[in-house]
Parts: sequence; C-alpha cells; structure tokens
Amino acid sequence: MPSVIPADSVGLVTPQTIHFDTPLALACGRVLEHYDLVIETYGTLNADASNAVLICHALSGHHHAAGYHSMDDRKPGWWDSAIGPGKAIDTNRFYVVALNNLGGCHGSTGPTSINPDTHKPYGPDFPIVTVKDWVNSQVRLADHLGIQRWAAIVGGSLGGMQALQWSIDYPERVAHSLVIASAPKLSAQNIAFNEVARQAISKDPQFHQGHYYEQEVVPKTGLALARMVGHITYLSDDGMREKFGREMRAGKLSFDFNPQFEVESYLQYQGERFSTAFDANTYLLMTKALDYFDPAADYDDDLVKALSHASCRFLVVAFTTDWRFSPERSREIVDALVAAGKQVSYAEVESAHGHDAFLIPSPRYMELFGAYMERVARDVGIGKAQQEQKETANAR
Amino acid sequence: MRADLEIIQEWIKPNTRVLDLGCGDGELLAHLAEEKGVQGYGLEIDHDNITACIEKGVNVVEQDIDNGLASIRNNSFDSVVMTQALQTMHRPDQIVDEMLRIGKECIVTFPNFAHWRARFYLAFRGRMPVSKFLPYTWYNTPNIHFCTFDDFEKLCVERNIQILDRTVVDHTLRDRWWIRLWPNMLGEIAIYRITR
Repeated sequence: MPSVIPADSVGLVTPQTIHFDTPLALACGRVLEHYDLVIETYGTLNADASNAVLICHALSGHHHAAGYHSMDDRKPGWWDSAIGPGKAIDTNRFYVVALNNLGGCHGSTGPTSINPDTHKPYGPDFPIVTVKDWVNSQVRLADHLGIQRWAAIVGGSLGGMQALQWSIDYPERVAHSLVIASAPKLSAQNIAFNEVARQAISKDPQFHQGHYYEQEVVPKTGLALARMVGHITYLSDDGMREKFGREMRAGKLSFDFNPQFEVESYLQYQGERFSTAFDANTYLLMTKALDYFDPAADYDDDLVKALSHASCRFLVVAFTTDWRFSPERSREIVDALVAAGKQVSYAEVESAHGHDAFLIPSPRYMELFGAYMERVARDVGIGKAQQEQKETANAR
Repeated sequence: MRADLEIIQEWIKPNTRVLDLGCGDGELLAHLAEEKGVQGYGLEIDHDNITACIEKGVNVVEQDIDNGLASIRNNSFDSVVMTQALQTMHRPDQIVDEMLRIGKECIVTFPNFAHWRARFYLAFRGRMPVSKFLPYTWYNTPNIHFCTFDDFEKLCVERNIQILDRTVVDHTLRDRWWIRLWPNMLGEIAIYRITR
C-alpha cells in the first residue's frame, strides 16, 4: 500500500528462481536430485564479489526480506527495518541475498512442490531437512552467484543457527557471522513447544497424514493453533500486558466461550491469517530443523570444539525479555567462542518484545547492528571513510 | 592514550590473551591488538562504550562484572586487567580471586583513599572527601569500597597473592619521583601487577 516508496527502501523487488541440477545429499540419507531456490537480491555485487551479505530466515520467513513486490503490498519484506539504503545493512554498499530455504512454502522446493518420482506434491514425503542441509544448499547458491566469501551471514533465531553452522562447516567462506536471538541448540522446553505445535497440526482431521493437497483441504485449525502457541512464546509477559492487558472487546463479561479479551481475538486473528498463508507440512519441517540443530553433536557434544573450526568474527545479540531464545542461550555461544579463542562481541539489548524483538528496530539494536556492519564494510574495503577517500581521489 | 593505560600496556607481553574488565571504549585493547598482536576481550555494561568497542573492532561482551565471572574458564587468559573499577565492586576481594583464577597475571588500578588530600578533607572538614578526581558525594558514588594501598597489600598477604610490580601515580596518572618517598600518603592511584 505504499503510495510512495520510502527513500530508505530497496523499492520494488522481483524474486528469482534458481534451478539446481547437482544432487544434494541430505543429513537424513536421502538425496534431492534437483531443486529450486527462490531468492531476492538488493544492492549491487561489486567487481571482486566481496560485498555480499546472506540473510537467513527463521521459522516462518522467506526470501522477501526487504522492499515491496507491488505498490499494492500492505507491508514491506520481513526485515525491511534492517535492510535498505542507509539502514544497518546498507544496500548502497552491500549486495544482499535472501532466500527461501528448502522445505519452505514460498517457491523453493518443499512439500508443496511436485515430486518428480510420483508427479504429485511431496507432501509428508518431503525429506526432513536440517540446518546443515540448508547451509549446503546455500553454498551451491553462493557458487551460482559467484560469491566465494560472504562479507557477512546474518540471521535471527533459526536464521542465526544457519549463520553459526556456516562458520563451522565453511570457515573459509564467511568473514563475519551475526547470530541474533539464537541458541546453540534447543532446550527441552523449546522442543516441547514445537511438539505441541506439531500435535495440533497432525491431529487436525483435515491433515490426512500430510496428504491434504489431494483432498483439497487445509488443516487450518491445527496450523492456526500451532501458530497461536508459537506466537505466545515469541512475546513477553510484559509485552502482552502492555499491548492487551485485560482489555475486553465489549467492555464486559459475556459469560460464554466466545473471545472476549483482546488478547484472545488477537491470537485468533494471527492464527487464522497464518493458516491461510503457510503450509502445514512446511511448518512441521521447520520445527524439526529447529529441534535437530546441535552443531556440537558432531564434535563430542563440545561446542568449543565445534566452534574451534570457525575463522570468522562474530556478533551475538540477545534481547532481555526473550524467553524462547533467552540471553543465557546466546551466552553459551559467546562463552564457547571466547574459550575457543574466536573474535566475538556480544550485546544484550533491552526490549519488551520478547523473541520478536529481533525483527523490531529499537534504537540501540539498530545502532549496534549498524556499527557492526560498518566494521564489516571496513574489513572488505567499502567502509564510509574508505569510500570518502576514494571519492576524493576520483575528484582529483 | 590515558597515562595509566600507557604503563599497563608495557606490562603486557606480545601475542598473549588479555581480558579487560570494564574495558571502556576499548582504547587499551585496540592499542594492544595493533601494537602487540594481543588477542583481547573486554567486558563492559555501558551501551555507548560497547558501541564504541564494536566500531573499533574490539571484542566486547556485555556483562556486569558484579554478577561474577563464572562463565570464564580457569587460566584461560595470560592477563586480566581492571582499571579504576575495584572500588566499585560489591566484593572486591572476590573479584580479585576470580581474576586470579581466570588469568595467570592480573593488573589492577584503584584510587588511594589514604592520599593526603583525602586524609586532610576528612580530618578537617569531617566529611567524605570530594575532589575533581573523585567528584561524587557519599550517597551517589559508584565507589562503594574505597581502600588504601596498605589495605590492598594486606589483602594480598592474607590471600597469598604475590605482588609482581607496583607503580604509584598522581591524579593525572603520571609517575612522580616524590610519590615514591611515601606512596600511601602521596600517591593517588596505584597500578599493581599480581599473581598467585
């Protein structure tokens, strides 16, 4: 709905689909013979391909991270607050790549894609993909784009896990890793929330063991419930109190089971909206990828040992009221990096927004983020001072 | 560079690992990284200082030292530095113990409460000393555990801490010959290098 595109927006963007024909071996033992990845890019790749930044998305994210697809769009991309001209990830200088991961439901190969063996949608037969698999597919993407080394890989939550995995598996291909509101692995409590979400979906009568496409139905109730549970855990107690309190829509109790408190109708609305926009099989896959993530498992359960392979510099950020991916979990990453002798900075940003804070542009968060990205720019020779010098030299 | 940092950096060996507790804007660590190839980390809680460190490319971890250093492994640093913060700690003795657990050597600096000006102020005005150098009043001061050089050295004896070096300076952080005559009376800030 922007009547005018804001000056600090990347503007109108068009996704592109990239087809890959080299088989991709997955952690589960299966192989994807061919697959598509849908991406968006913002900014311009420089001559030596040194200014590329990869954006990794979280549970329900996708390739549309910034800008607008059309003038009718209600909202810009999901991380528009951080990506654009003059923003923390400054597209005047950086070439930004955002993708939809394998197993997604926004155009990359996933459960809704046609399985070449059966000529029907994969549905529940789509292989369980892991963070490691995603990173391997992103490496192919980097090769395709001619990017040997990312200036930075940036992600929040599940996206931060990908940034971390990159640093361990492909140390020579990443200069900086920004791990925001993330964790080195999920806790039992976190897995438990995911299991409630999965149960809500799979117990929906419309789920049909994941073969709902053929029945031309959608397990909307289950997906909405899954989202509602998730949504509660992404907010903080304080944040919810501030936003909804005990406000009632009609102003008084109605003594029935219809939604009366504002928070009830908000959650129902969020669940409802999500259930028509997202695929249930993808939701199941994404929660599994979260549960399975544990880079230390390959290194005798020793995170220090796992991270000793990294050679990039790290920025780790956590938010005070985030209880789904609490600051303590980020500290585990930081402590392991310090013990492994890696370069790391860590900030714990005050916010009332819980886990969602990583998507909300609070002043201190954006200042830190921008300061770190300026430093990344300097490292690859496109810092503000360096550019001014170049301009002066050119003017002469 | 701040004069005390100048003295401290001379005590730090090249290519070592350094932890700076309350690292400020990262000046010392940036200098040590550039000049001596030191791999440093700073702990800091001030937001502007943290941003300044990040801008400089200094590793900084947002952490309140008063909440302890339990997450840092034994003997994982060659030197642990704390400048002008000992007197602001809830338990300075425990922090010194923690520093010595983490680092092979520690460098601490703190103001001397037995400096003649402080003694004079308390003796004749009968009130807690306030100076340009320590401008706080008793109710708003972050300096909750003042001590004297002699107090600190007594703590070192009691805790079996070995003093490797001591430099005593004035409030402009410069080394003056006359301070050496009676450090506990004439010195304003001490810089100690200690080990266990």
